[in-house]
Amino acid sequence: MKRTGAQIIWEVLVREGVDVVFGYPGGAIMPAYDTILGYPIRHVLVRHEQGASHMADGYARASGKVGVCVATSGPGATNLVTGIATAMLDSSPIVCITGQVSSKLLGTDAFQETDITGVTLPITKHNYLVTDVQDIAPTLREAFYIARSGRPGPVLVDITKDAQQASIDFEPPKGEVRLPGYRPSQHAVQTDIEKAIDLIDEAERPLILAGQGIVRAEATRELLSFVEKTGIPVASTLLGLGGFPATHPLSLGMMGMHGEAWVNNAIQEADLLIALGMRFDDRVTGNLKTYAVKAKKIHVEIDRSEINKNVKVDVGLIGDVRDTLLSLIPGCKQRNRGPWVERINLLKGDSAVRDIQQLPYNDKLYAAHVMHDLWRLTDGKALVVTDVGQHQMWEAQYYKHDHPRKLVTSGGLGTMGFALPAAIGARFAKPEDEIWVVVGDGGFQMTACELSTCAQEGLKVHVAVINNGYLGMVRQWQEFFYNRRYSATPMRSPDFVKLAEAHGLTGIRVTKREEIAGAVERARATPGTVVVDFRVEQEDSVYPMVPAGADLNDMIRRPSPIVETGEDP
Amino acid sequence: MDRPILRTFIAYVEDRPGVLNRVASLFRRRAYNIESLSVGRTHIAGISRLTLVLEADEDGARRLEANLYKLVNTLWVRDVTHTASVARDLALIKVKADATSRAQVLQLCEVFRARTVDVAPEALTIEITGTGDKIEGLLEVLRPFGIIEMVRTGMIVMTRGAEEAEARFDSIPVRTAENGAS
Ligand SMILES: Cc1ncc(C[n+]2csc(CCOP(=O)(O)OP(=O)(O)O)c2C)c(N)n1
Repeated sequence: MKRTGAQIIWEVLVREGVDVVFGYPGGAIMPAYDTILGYPIRHVLVRHEQGASHMADGYARASGKVGVCVATSGPGATNLVTGIATAMLDSSPIVCITGQVSSKLLGTDAFQETDITGVTLPITKHNYLVTDVQDIAPTLREAFYIARSGRPGPVLVDITKDAQQASIDFEPPKGEVRLPGYRPSQHAVQTDIEKAIDLIDEAERPLILAGQGIVRAEATRELLSFVEKTGIPVASTLLGLGGFPATHPLSLGMMGMHGEAWVNNAIQEADLLIALGMRFDDRVTGNLKTYAVKAKKIHVEIDRSEINKNVKVDVGLIGDVRDTLLSLIPGCKQRNRGPWVERINLLKGDSAVRDIQQLPYNDKLYAAHVMHDLWRLTDGKALVVTDVGQHQMWEAQYYKHDHPRKLVTSGGLGTMGFALPAAIGARFAKPEDEIWVVVGDGGFQMTACELSTCAQEGLKVHVAVINNGYLGMVRQWQEFFYNRRYSATPMRSPDFVKLAEAHGLTGIRVTKREEIAGAVERARATPGTVVVDFRVEQEDSVYPMVPAGADLNDMIRRPSPIVETGEDP
Repeated sequence: MDRPILRTFIAYVEDRPGVLNRVASLFRRRAYNIESLSVGRTHIAGISRLTLVLEADEDGARRLEANLYKLVNTLWVRDVTHTASVARDLALIKVKADATSRAQVLQLCEVFRARTVDVAPEALTIEITGTGDKIEGLLEVLRPFGIIEMVRTGMIVMTRGAEEAEARFDSIPVRTAENGAS
């Protein structure tokens, strides 16, 4: 079978199970765009390549499969960068295919030439420059294999135009991909497993710290059995939410900078931390010197270089989380950790009175109300894609995620502009799910151009803009740490209802709590993408907050008790 | 307490464009200052071997090893800091030497078992191999004559004994269009 390089790209992708790619054409990738018409792959034309890499990422996070984006050389490729870095820090498997100038022109500063493999070296798991048509198929196969195995991540394949144009006799590659230096799967050492079991059995005040590894390794069932057997409460990282059912009695909620106070306090009181597929990010630990000093630590991680990186551990179990849990469960004693759970519930009680939901009705719309009501109205079943800022934290606090892959959010890089395009990617991964984008007025404007993509593709996503007229999270830092000097955070926005309408979509405005339910119902009943502009309280802050670098239990709490004073927070 | 000390790593990597860049970038990103990095072919086609010297504490060293392994093109890594090994650096030193001082310089070279590789009316070029210390020693005694230029290869290190590092990884199979990378 004679095939051009441009055809081989899609031949391989079809065999990898790819049925949708997100991209933007241009000179150096035109041969590939010409041939895609002959293959059963849907191409989604984005409005900016950053959208393409976020869409591939959102697709990957929602589905567990590899997401794919395509761009031309030079500016097309560099526009992918933010999305690639986002995928890298959150271990999301994506493959980026970029066109490159012809091999004869490489290194001459030719029109639209960028050394994109050089540019993306530190933000990809691996990358390739392909100049020979013979190498296209094997390289793409390797790329998919590397992206999805071990600790997943982004892989970029840059293919020169002449390699796309050349043709060869093509036989589809068969057999397994074998890379001599790449060993993605490892198993924890048996003696370490036994050490861990001893620590678990002895602990009186143990806590599980559940990270995204649970979701990536598809280990939610195993985590549940482990918890039911050992009676150990579970705290989650932001990306771990949904890895353990939020409504389970032993689920504590989110830890860290904006984690619940009882969770952070429990971590500081624990005598054992069992960290599962999380990496002790500084947003999670606060000051490392005072972090969980009373606790022994067990760290289960697929990436060996994460062990002892931030926190010194007593036992490091390198390997897949699911595998490791399966080795731990049979050895651990059945236990009920009553007194410890009671202690935590006591800590919980203290927080409940400070909850903004306790605030007497005062005619104002709080973002927390929106999240809480959205959770109720969607039965906790929606797939929520958030952007970055205050609304992201409120979502994490008030929308209770019981299922994995139902929260898609940029944790590691904290990328504003992520939500709308990532939701478009998720739309293709989960055609049946109800999808809500939760985004700030700032972040929305970074990639709002993708509304046009929603319109062109006829996609249904609901966009909840949490519109507070500020770059809220930065304003909050200015309020707390910069003497309320609101430098460059008040933000004027266009009329989001009209913006939706300008795209031929529907816009709804909500200014009161009573209107939330009606708006959600209307959004659901309306075909196509709907933008709901929630005009929320402008100077509300996310509580509690661990100031950057402070001790984990040194939290700024909501001025209390709001129930008694009835004052604004 | 764990102090940073000079550590030596040996790594076998696939001989592909950009691999050295990946290794160097890994250390740069993690804010390590590389003391010495030398790379060259091995007796196996397609495989290069590098010796890397830098300062790190115990944990840092373990993580660097793990990070090196994370590079897809890395075949085998070992921290040989505490392993009995042979270490060599090679230096070419161009030193001022005219008719009056030449004999003296040559005599010093002999003591250090260094070789003269070029003679000019005003200068000698000397080749010396050995540990870093030995080269520093020669430099010290030559300095008064006036060093014009010096170049060093950086450390290369091999562990002692009959152990075969290469036995620990598969050799690189030939890539063909049909079998992909297998
Ligand atoms: C691309 C990018 N630029 C800057 C920031 C820094 N930043 C973090 S949160 C935030 C404010 C977000 O404001 P908005 O989108 O309105 O959401 P809110 O916090 O008000 O919910 C900013 C500017 C970022 N995270 N990402």
